[in-house]
Amino acid sequence: MTGIVALYIFMLAAFTGYEVIARVPVILHTPLMSGSNFVHGIVLVGAMVALGAAVTPLEKTIGFIGVLLAAGNAVGGYVVTERMLEMFKSSGARGGGSKGVH
Amino acid sequence: MSDALSADLLIQGSYLLTAFLFIMGLKRMSSPVTARSGIVWAGAGMLLAILVTFLYPGMTNYPLIIAAIVVGSLLAWWSGKRVAMTDMPQMIALYNGMGGGAAAAIAAVELYKGGEHGLVTMVLAVVGGLIGAVSFSGSAIAFGKLQGLIKRSFRFGGQQVFNLLLLVGSLVLGGMVALHFNASPAIITGFFVVALVLGVTMTLPIGGADMPVVISLYNALTGLAVAFEGFVLGNAAMIIAGTVVGSAGTLLTQLMAKAMNRSLGNVLFAGFGDTGGGTAAGEVTGSMKPIEAADVGVMMAFAGKVIIVPGYGMAVAQAQHKVWELTQLLIDRGVTVKFAIHPVAGRMPGHMNVLLAEAGVPYDLIADLDEINAEFETTDVALVIGANDVVNPVARNDKSSPIYGMPILNADKAKNCIVIKRGQGAGFSGIENALFYLDNTRMLYGDGQKAVAELIGAVKAIG
Repeated sequence: MTGIVALYIFMLAAFTGYEVIARVPVILHTPLMSGSNFVHGIVLVGAMVALGAAVTPLEKTIGFIGVLLAAGNAVGGYVVTERMLEMFKSSGARGGGSKGVH
Repeated sequence: MSDALSADLLIQGSYLLTAFLFIMGLKRMSSPVTARSGIVWAGAGMLLAILVTFLYPGMTNYPLIIAAIVVGSLLAWWSGKRVAMTDMPQMIALYNGMGGGAAAAIAAVELYKGGEHGLVTMVLAVVGGLIGAVSFSGSAIAFGKLQGLIKRSFRFGGQQVFNLLLLVGSLVLGGMVALHFNASPAIITGFFVVALVLGVTMTLPIGGADMPVVISLYNALTGLAVAFEGFVLGNAAMIIAGTVVGSAGTLLTQLMAKAMNRSLGNVLFAGFGDTGGGTAAGEVTGSMKPIEAADVGVMMAFAGKVIIVPGYGMAVAQAQHKVWELTQLLIDRGVTVKFAIHPVAGRMPGHMNVLLAEAGVPYDLIADLDEINAEFETTDVALVIGANDVVNPVARNDKSSPIYGMPILNADKAKNCIVIKRGQGAGFSGIENALFYLDNTRMLYGDGQKAVAELIGAVKAIG
């Protein structure tokens, strides 16, 4: 990938991110922050590639830590976001509350 | 040859699909109706990207990779499943910091390895490493603060100069590495150590009330770091996902800072309460007038309209389920009940929404500040539970107050204002709350959950 193509990707992705979030109600700020936290868990892919190419013990150690942390980011981000969004219901679905309220 | 080519095509095609799924997932997450499917879309994209990465040409160390993924995933799965909703902000900070640390680790591996990278690649590797390391250690401190492990804000004279020196130091060391001036392992190690220390000293002086903004900022920074390291590795999925999060996170951070009427620079560099002259306690006149739960119960049961204003105190007392029970009782009696959420109530934007949702409150009963503020004047009872600074009228009329100009919920304009509060102390910011002294305000002292339980009893007693 040439530098200029990467710059194009960078620019378009920046606008996309801005537009996707621009008109979000406050109610979803936390889940969305959590969701975007999950999305940058894609760093796992890079950490795998880095560890996959590591040679010296030092590189392997850092690479291992990198993959470990990235996997935590991705899985943890998914679990908490999913738990949060699971709770959102409109009053139409009021009867079937997730937890016993009474 | 053709095998390698088709593998490459498969990988790139899958990454493209992943990027699409991520963006669609985030898009779906931005509406309450489709939000739940959004995370599933994004999750499918992630799974695809991870699986296809195993096919990367020339990969070794498979046992190490799999072991790290399994251990990291299990730990995160276990912790993510059992964390209480109240503690969600610090868990997000923690997972976010892990992502930043991973980005820094990629940078470290690439830099220690050396090799023939171009100038732009080296600069991006260094900058991504710096941001990732700061986000890693900074998020860890944010986690410690919100979890209550770090109790106080550490400040000392010349702290900002010290932080600036650290930043310059890390840039100089990073510059030496990036420009191939001196890329010895010692310099690279020094670079990362200084960056990690910077994250710590930058975050320590920031007060707990500002942590939501800081976590959101670190979330955006991690996204950027991931994008930069994606450039270094030539990985389009990382560039796209990282940049989308970087820009979305920056916007979210701005929205939050704006909701507190403070600039981002103010949050980061000025300790809260250090700026304005502060409000002396003597400026507030009158006294706090206590009230019994039974009287409040009668007042609410026969009200036409009640607005509930929850704050972090409700979260601490775990009162959200009781609050919903009370709400249902009132609705059954024909009272109109709404929830008013301040943009920065709690420890994260939307934190209260999540807690109320957990208790089963439908989201269409919950209103934002802009939607509901005009309605307070026609409201019989405003019930404030564990909120303080976000309903403090001094933000509207006292220019010397540190929170002057912050948009607040106009609970003081309701005909009656009931404040449930543990004791007589000031709020998180340490500012005296003029609302508590108003003629139409009554204080219901006690633990949030117990107080609401008493209210439920009182309303039921009316029958």
